[in-house]
Amino acid sequence: MSQAIFGERVQRKEDVRLVRGRGQYTDDIQLPGMLYAGILRSPHAHARIKRIDTSAAEQMDGVVKVYTGRDLKGRIGSIPTAWIPPDSDLKAVEHPALAYDTVRYVGDGVALVIVTERALVEDALEAIRVEYEPLPSVTDQMAAIQAGAPLLHEGAPSNIALHWKVGTDTEAAFQGAPVVVRQTFRQQRLIPNPMEPRATVAQYDTVTGELTVWATTQNPHIHRFLMANILGIPEHKLRVVAQDVGGGFGSKIACYPDEVLVSYAARDLGRPVKWTESRSEHFLVTTHGRDHVDEVELAGTQDGRILAIRVRAYANLGAYLSTAGPGVPTILFGLIVNGAYDIPQASSEVYGIFTNTTPVDAYRGAGRPEATYLIERIVDRYAQEIGMDPVEVRRRNLVKKEQFPFTNPFGLTYDSGNYHQALDLALKTVDYEALRREQEALRQQGKYIGIGLSTYVEMCGLGPSQVAGAVGFQGGLWESALVRIHPTGKVTVFTGASPHGQGEETTFAQIVAERLGVSVEDIDVVHGDTDRISMGWGTYGSRTTAVGGGALALAVDRVVAKAKRIAAHMLEVPEEAVEFQSGRFYPEGNRDRSVSLQEVTLQAYLAWNLPAGVEPGLEASAFYDPTNFTYPFGTHVAVVSVDADTGEVRLLRYVAVDDCGPVINPMIVEGQVHGGIAQGVGQALYEGARYDDDGQLVTGSFLDYAMPRARFLPRLETLNTVTPSPHNPLGVKGVGETGTIASTPAVVNAVIDALTPFGITDLPMPLTPPTVWSAIHAARQTGGAS
Amino acid sequence: MAEERVAIQLIVNGRAVRGQVEPRMLLAYYLRDELGLTGTHVGCDTSQCGACTVLLDGLAVKSCTVLAVQADGCHVTTVEGLAEDGQPHPVQQAFQEEHGLQCGFCTPGALMLSAWLVDHHPQADEAAIREALDGLICRCTGYENIVRAIQRAQALRQETAEPLAGRAQGGVSR
Repeated sequence: MSQAIFGERVQRKEDVRLVRGRGQYTDDIQLPGMLYAGILRSPHAHARIKRIDTSAAEQMDGVVKVYTGRDLKGRIGSIPTAWIPPDSDLKAVEHPALAYDTVRYVGDGVALVIVTERALVEDALEAIRVEYEPLPSVTDQMAAIQAGAPLLHEGAPSNIALHWKVGTDTEAAFQGAPVVVRQTFRQQRLIPNPMEPRATVAQYDTVTGELTVWATTQNPHIHRFLMANILGIPEHKLRVVAQDVGGGFGSKIACYPDEVLVSYAARDLGRPVKWTESRSEHFLVTTHGRDHVDEVELAGTQDGRILAIRVRAYANLGAYLSTAGPGVPTILFGLIVNGAYDIPQASSEVYGIFTNTTPVDAYRGAGRPEATYLIERIVDRYAQEIGMDPVEVRRRNLVKKEQFPFTNPFGLTYDSGNYHQALDLALKTVDYEALRREQEALRQQGKYIGIGLSTYVEMCGLGPSQVAGAVGFQGGLWESALVRIHPTGKVTVFTGASPHGQGEETTFAQIVAERLGVSVEDIDVVHGDTDRISMGWGTYGSRTTAVGGGALALAVDRVVAKAKRIAAHMLEVPEEAVEFQSGRFYPEGNRDRSVSLQEVTLQAYLAWNLPAGVEPGLEASAFYDPTNFTYPFGTHVAVVSVDADTGEVRLLRYVAVDDCGPVINPMIVEGQVHGGIAQGVGQALYEGARYDDDGQLVTGSFLDYAMPRARFLPRLETLNTVTPSPHNPLGVKGVGETGTIASTPAVVNAVIDALTPFGITDLPMPLTPPTVWSAIHAARQTGGAS
Repeated sequence: MAEERVAIQLIVNGRAVRGQVEPRMLLAYYLRDELGLTGTHVGCDTSQCGACTVLLDGLAVKSCTVLAVQADGCHVTTVEGLAEDGQPHPVQQAFQEEHGLQCGFCTPGALMLSAWLVDHHPQADEAAIREALDGLICRCTGYENIVRAIQRAQALRQETAEPLAGRAQGGVSR
């Protein structure tokens, strides 16, 4: 059946519009009579609102309406979290769309202005006077749980939002262990920063009562589902559209107060309203990521056998619970802290903590980068402790090929893998032995290079839905697809996934093209519109191809099955005796006679002579719920140099070996890995959100928050091994997050490796020149390498 | 407060346009909101990201850093004007071939910067290309394929004679 389309570097269909500036991003939408919205944000981390004076703003030309939290109280429901981990005693606190009494972080909304021109937004916001009574605030999660710390929510004593424990009893393993390594890792707060700021345009039809919301979302159906409840709009009267979305990285999963407010105003005023976040606003209010303090203990033998791992994590959740916020540091983190290793005993304990900071939610990898960082770092610490090469420790503990499907200590079943093969390929590609010799030779000259590994595995391709229910995710995790062959043989595909840069308009067309024998040009993929797609759960957790692609494959197979019945009738042979290849149906073993899919399709629609019991038309849908997650894996190797005089780290080489099963489009897979690596390198070396003692975000712009630039990075070398997942129709695993998950520990391990002569065993991220230089300087003071 | 408006006229993508704008209006918003050229994107408010890059008299500039009134009398080329006679500019072709874009949001700026670079520094090596990309923030690609695309565009550019990006004003690098 193959047309060699699956596996080819097909150029992206979406690029045709995007390189011409013809994309349709939310802020591009202009509607007649459209108004503009702006949100006044708290300058205080924690304060009581004493008085709001909107009179001056209301009298300005061009100001249509000003709403405060008190105006909206009772009219708009609380912004809910959609993830309630079981047995976690989660405190589902109220999150008003606009604060009416207390603001809890810098950026918390206090008033909404609606004006007639974009430029008037700032004028109107400036004219509102708010009197605050500042309250003591706390931004650090370790400080927030101390006795006497300022409390954010009455219902959450000690600011503890959740407490969750999972795993086996590790106590005995630790008591008898010859070697125990302990380390506390701080995984700093990051700001996702997709290049498109968030935006919403809402239009209400006063006659039909239908509200259309164009929004920068990764999951329009989840938005519809949540907003219908928050706003009290019947779900069938609410349409959410996400046409082109300029990246998300998890920050466009959440349902924010902002889109709810804009939708409310559009309905209230009966006019279209647009709101577009500024980048400064994005830094303050779009969800942040990571922000963990992880206490990690590893028990092992002297000869490199890991016996147990125990983790206690303190996760900063910010001021309110975001849509997926509680699930990220629990389910997506705690269940996989053993990483790619066969460790007999493992346990995780997680505290989710409220602080006076921006809410924390998924950021590319979401929980799995945090888990991977701590296991990959502690394995290196352990190797150092027992004087063994980190490669050898990994070899001895990685799950072996013959152990799959492998059940980890938390009950996850890793579907398939060949971890040692990926490790070997990576080592061969970088020539590990030669690098070690070079490192030694350079050290003699007072130059320091380091080699860092990350032999990771991650869980993605979220579903299955049954598991979603078991872990408290308040939604399903199946995906839908509808394949419609039109009378002329052209094809439209509708997917419930909602790609926003990942290229599924192309890869999904490739899946269909290969199975139907139709060219990619003749297939359009429609996504991101709740009116055109019945239901779907969106794009996050590297689920689009594994789950959405699975649904698509099943839908195509159903279309082919129906077409086969019609073809059999046309060829006058029994259905079982029809073969389908490259878009044509043949009688079994006879290539002299055939009918094309196009001919069959036309007959399906004309319906002049269909076989008995066959309905006209040719389309099929599928709702595919996977039976497991997928577990992509691989080995990443980073090579760095450290300038001992300046503390500057340079990434010299980066090799990524990833295994995401069969690759549909190598060009796109490589692109996903490249971007992921850059983000992971960003965490390791450059990025970090910081608050000052008053709770002000001091890294609130691209001037203060270091995003990776082209000149920070070397050529990125990407390779693949191919181990199919046994449980989905395409055998594919997710690849959207692997680069980010794997690269942070690889780079940090490389830097620490370079600093071995100084006796440095750990440093807090990001490894900026001041951090590295200070550590080297301190080591030299106490007699480390000169 | 709304301010009084000022008359401006400029050539945008080869077409003469006249407008009345507030003095505070940025060129980026003039192009987007007044002319409907929404290919030029605004990704930040500190002139860091480069998504709004256009050619102003042949020079790549961030249109969020230029007032519309400052562009009075100038030639402006946006991403919508990069192709000529329906033929894609070499950078447009190269970005597609090399997968130099993912979400597409920084892409218009990346293309305009690249068009300027390819026309004015056709021999720029990889290090110089990476240096030149300092005014662009891309979150999706890790820049790897943007660099490859620019190198590919350099090769395509060798095959054509005309310096396309500079055609409006002869494109002197300043």
